[in-house]
Formats: sequence, structure tokens, C-alpha cells
Amino acid sequence: MTRLLDVENLTLQFDTDEGRITAVDDVSFTLEAGEVMGLVGESGSGKSVTAKSIMKLNASNAHYGEKTNVKLHLEDGPVDIMALRGSKELKVVRGGAISLIFQEPMASFAPAITIGDQMVEQLMIHTDMNAKQSKELSIEMLDRVGISDAGTRFKQYAFELSGGMRQRAMIAMALSTKPKLLIADEPTTALDVTIQAQVIDLMKDLVKDFGMGIIFITHDLGVIAQTADKVAVMYLGRLIEQGPVRDVIRNPSHPYTKGLIAALPSLDDLDTPLTPIPGDIPSPLERPMGCVFNTRCSANLGEICTAKIPQFSSVTQGHNVACHLYNGEGAK
Amino acid sequence: MKDDVLIKARDLSVHYPLSGGGLFGEKPVVKAVEGINLDIAKGSFFGLVGESGSGKTTLGRACLKAAPITRGSVEYNDEDVTYELTTMDKSEENDYRKRSQLIFQDPYAALSPRMTVRDIIAEPLEVMGLTSSREETDERVREIAAKCRLNLEHLRRFPHAFSGGQRQRISIARALVSRPHFVVADESVAALDVSIQADVLNLLKEIQQEMGLTFLFISHDLSVVAHVCDHVAVMYLGRLVETAPTRELFAAPRHPYTKALLSAIPSLDPDDPKVAQKLEGEIPSPTNPPPGCKFQTRCPFATDICRIDEPKLEHSSTGHEVACHHWQSLMD
Repeated sequence: MTRLLDVENLTLQFDTDEGRITAVDDVSFTLEAGEVMGLVGESGSGKSVTAKSIMKLNASNAHYGEKTNVKLHLEDGPVDIMALRGSKELKVVRGGAISLIFQEPMASFAPAITIGDQMVEQLMIHTDMNAKQSKELSIEMLDRVGISDAGTRFKQYAFELSGGMRQRAMIAMALSTKPKLLIADEPTTALDVTIQAQVIDLMKDLVKDFGMGIIFITHDLGVIAQTADKVAVMYLGRLIEQGPVRDVIRNPSHPYTKGLIAALPSLDDLDTPLTPIPGDIPSPLERPMGCVFNTRCSANLGEICTAKIPQFSSVTQGHNVACHLYNGEGAK
Repeated sequence: MKDDVLIKARDLSVHYPLSGGGLFGEKPVVKAVEGINLDIAKGSFFGLVGESGSGKTTLGRACLKAAPITRGSVEYNDEDVTYELTTMDKSEENDYRKRSQLIFQDPYAALSPRMTVRDIIAEPLEVMGLTSSREETDERVREIAAKCRLNLEHLRRFPHAFSGGQRQRISIARALVSRPHFVVADESVAALDVSIQADVLNLLKEIQQEMGLTFLFISHDLSVVAHVCDHVAVMYLGRLVETAPTRELFAAPRHPYTKALLSAIPSLDPDDPKVAQKLEGEIPSPTNPPPGCKFQTRCPFATDICRIDEPKLEHSSTGHEVACHHWQSLMD
């Protein structure tokens, strides 16, 4: 496997009216080419801003930490994304080597421009194809993602397509530039289950064919189990557990990951009552000291959890967890 | 037996006129809900599932007389009164508003940002004139707030200070403060994170049992419905296709659509060998529904009879009803 992406010590803060808030706190992970990483967490956990950082897409009130280092490894050598300035330099990560699929496909297509024109436009910007080649490739891609009568759809507007069709068109558009890395931000959340199943199948096929790396952001652990090779779990801006998908889902180690899985209504067991995680995710203005999960944690060890940020320790090969239960003084 | 039914819908249809059509002849209509027979037993937690566009919200609203009923009847019958929704007069309608309530999907949009939580919860009491003094109102508000796990401190604050789960608890308190008998919960947990969702579901269930309420719980999420409801109805394109006691439905689904919905839920097991019965295509537009069985365009088992003849709901002694020409042969 070849390394595609290194994210080291990613810290991201936003200036708001109420003060500076920390959205992402010292997050590090890597991605190999052809690997699918699921990024899971509740709303407010920082998963979307983490992914957007890789394209430097966060708003102008964003401040990246000094130690933040994000490197994308391309054929011509590594690109230091944090050093890129201005839209011209950033072109390589915004639509060039990296494509992004949003949650709400209706909001991400321009309403007054046909699907086809939007697809052609980005191909003209990011590749050296001419208009005719761009059009041919776009129609071919629409066909590839299972849109029937692609030639007609090419000339239509976003509102003329159904939700599932729009998301397919979005995927076709994102992949037509042959990106090395695809970031999919909740791509199936707005879809019905039967359509979600179709889109997941489609994405699995496309990974095989195109061999790009994918960061799949979702709050749905079932979707992760069916698509990802490895998982990273985030809570309040921190990465708290990561590892191969089978290890994390079958043997969750962090109390938060355990809680997330226990809170899922399972169809196999209708008798056990649902177990919520007590309390609510704290406001980013009131980030707890020590371990960010300590206010809701049922395994709270007391002082150490409120005083000290837990470091990662290894559960099994490649499966790491940041919790005092598993390292140093807190370990039993 | 008859006395156990709170809501009894017969041939219930809701049609919305479409713009266009000739000056003469029939105006085109969307048949959002068509010919539905439904009994909701007193004290039950009745689930209504289907994809977007299946008409579940419209059906829920018709049961509250919040959608125009085009044809058929809905009878409401609690221990004190019996109303026929299609023929009731103004004073009966006012009384019915107190006996029935709706909980909305989005707790961010449903609460006025300019009112304190106390005023939000008290508003229905004041509007309906259910209390005679401010003290009495406060008493009722405190009582229901405590049931919904909101404390006195919360009542003085404004909604923006609350998280999604807390806001949904405020919405629930507001809906229940008038002591309704019948509550329609429309996708009430869809906007919540899983860790919070479990908490709100447990709360709804608790309150339902404590206050002896009857719930119509509308959701697109089958695993949620499986956990809280005792009876489930599945809708497709404005029709009921299957209804059964929850366990019966999930253990032995009969309609191909129900089976497909169940198999489309992504499994938490990455190695799940389950051969998903994938549905092709999407739900057809209700402005132009297919002839015969509405599901025939996506059904892998459709034959000639399905394209001509619309199947009726077949009753059975176990209370399991299904509208499919072939369900029996498909069970083998």
C-alpha cells in the first residue's frame, strides 16, 4: 500500500462572537491509497471541519494550530496543504486531486445551470480536456453511476432529478476528475434506506474500479460497517478511538464508542431496552478539562479523567484508544 | 372490541389539486393518501413507516384533521366523546384540538426563539383556555416539565441555550401539557444523534405508559419503530401495503416492499452474508402512479396481474394484513 494522506496534529479553532472555540483538537490519522476510512461522531464532534481542513475549505475565521501538518502524497511528490495560499495554489486540493461530496445534493448543485454544464465546467478547470471531451466523459460518468438516459439527464437541471439521482450525479461529477482522494460528507444521510443501499453499492464498486482513497463521514455505524476498512471515532473535536472496522465494531474499547453501539436500535434484539448515553454533548465553549468525554462517561475514574488528556494506547495491532482505562495510571 | 379503537379510518383519502389541466373536465390531483383503512387501538404505540413520498405525514395529519380529507371517514372515540372528523362542527373541532396533539420533527424549527421555555410550554394551555389562573398554568407546566426531565432552571431560559435532545423534550412537554389522548409524533427522533435518540425514545415510551396515551409514531427508520411500537403499518405511494403486530411483522414480513426495506438497513456486522434484496429505481411520482399494484415498477416478483389489478389488504386472524397478489407463494 502507498501512503496517500498524512494528517498530523490537526488543531482548528474558530473565532466567534462568544469567543474562540476549539473545533478540532490535535487530530492525527493516515490514509493509504484505495483505503476507505469512516469518520464517525455525533453532530458537533468536528468530523466535517476535519475533512474540510484537508481542502482548506473552512471559513475565514478559522485558525489552524502551529503544529498542524497535512500532507497529500501525489505522483510528483508530497503537497503540504497548510502551506498552500490563494485559490490558484489550492486548486490542486479543491477539485483536482481531492473531490468532495456533500450531504444535501440539492443544495450543492447550482439551480440555474444544467447538471451537464456544471460537470463540464469543472473538467475544463481541472483537466486539459476540451469541451467535447469533457462532455463525452461526463455523459459516460453519468451512465457509469447508473443514471439511465444519461444524454438527456446531462441537459437537465438539479430540480428535475430525484434525490437519489442527484446524489448519483454528484458522485459522477466528483469522480470525473479522477481524484486521488474522495471526501464523502454524509452522502447517504438524506436518502431513503432503499436508495442508500443503492448508493453504498455504487460507491463500493467505484472504489474497486478507481482505486482512490475515501474519507467517509457519517454518524451511522451501520453504513460504516458496510463500507469502511478502518474507522476513526471523534468526540468534541478529539479522536478517541481508531482501528480496523471489524476490531472497532466488534470490540469497541472507548466508553463512548461502546455507548454509541449500545444506543443503536438493533433488529436482532427487540427485548433489550435502548441504552442512551447520559447527558448531552457539551457546548464547544465549555469544553471539559482532561478527557473531553468525562462529563458523560459511565467509567469515569475520577481525578485523572478530569485533569489529564488521555493519550492513545494500543488495544490490538492497529487498534488504538485514547482512554485512561487503558493506559498508565488508570489501567487496572 | 370496538371500544378499544381510538382512531378508526375507513377508505380515508387525501387528494391535493394540481395546477394545470383544462378548463373543462377533471382537474388533475395528487392522491397523497388513497383508500386507507386503519384501526389504532387505545393505548397503543402505532408505527407508520415508509419512504419519503409515501404519504405517511399526510395520513398522520389527516388523523388530526390537519389535512383536508377528500373521501372516507375518520372516527375518534375516547371514553368521553366520539367524533367523526369529516362532519364535526366548530366546537367539536376545538375540543378535538385539546384531545389530539402533534410533535414535530425538527426541534430547532418548532420552538419560537423569542419565548422562554415556560411560555412555550404554557402557550397551548392559554390558547385553549384550559387553566383559569397563572398559578394553575405554572403548576401544569412544572408538572409536565418534570415528566420530561426539564428542571425549573430550564423553564426560565430560551430555546437557543438547549441541545437537540433537550429541545425535543421541550417540544414533547408542549404537546403533552394539554393532556391529550392521541399524539402524532412525526419523525420525532430523526433529527437527533443516536446517543440522544435512545433517550427521547425511552422518554416517549415511559410517558405513553404513564399517561395512557395513544401514539401514532411516524418514522422512516424501521429499527427505531421495531423498538418502540407495538403495531406497525407500512405505506407505499399513499397505500397501506402491510400492517401487523411489530414482532410478527419483523419476524415474518409478507410484502416484498417490507422485505426490501428490512434488508436495506445496513448491518453492523461488516461480514454480514445477508444477500440484500436490493430494490431497483425509486418511488414513482404520486402525480403519475403506475396502474395496478403501486409497487409493481420496483417489485422483482411482479407478474401480469400486478400490472392490472390493485391488490386489497387481506385480513388474517393474527391481525397481520398484507396487500400483495403473491405474498403466499413468496413465503415458501
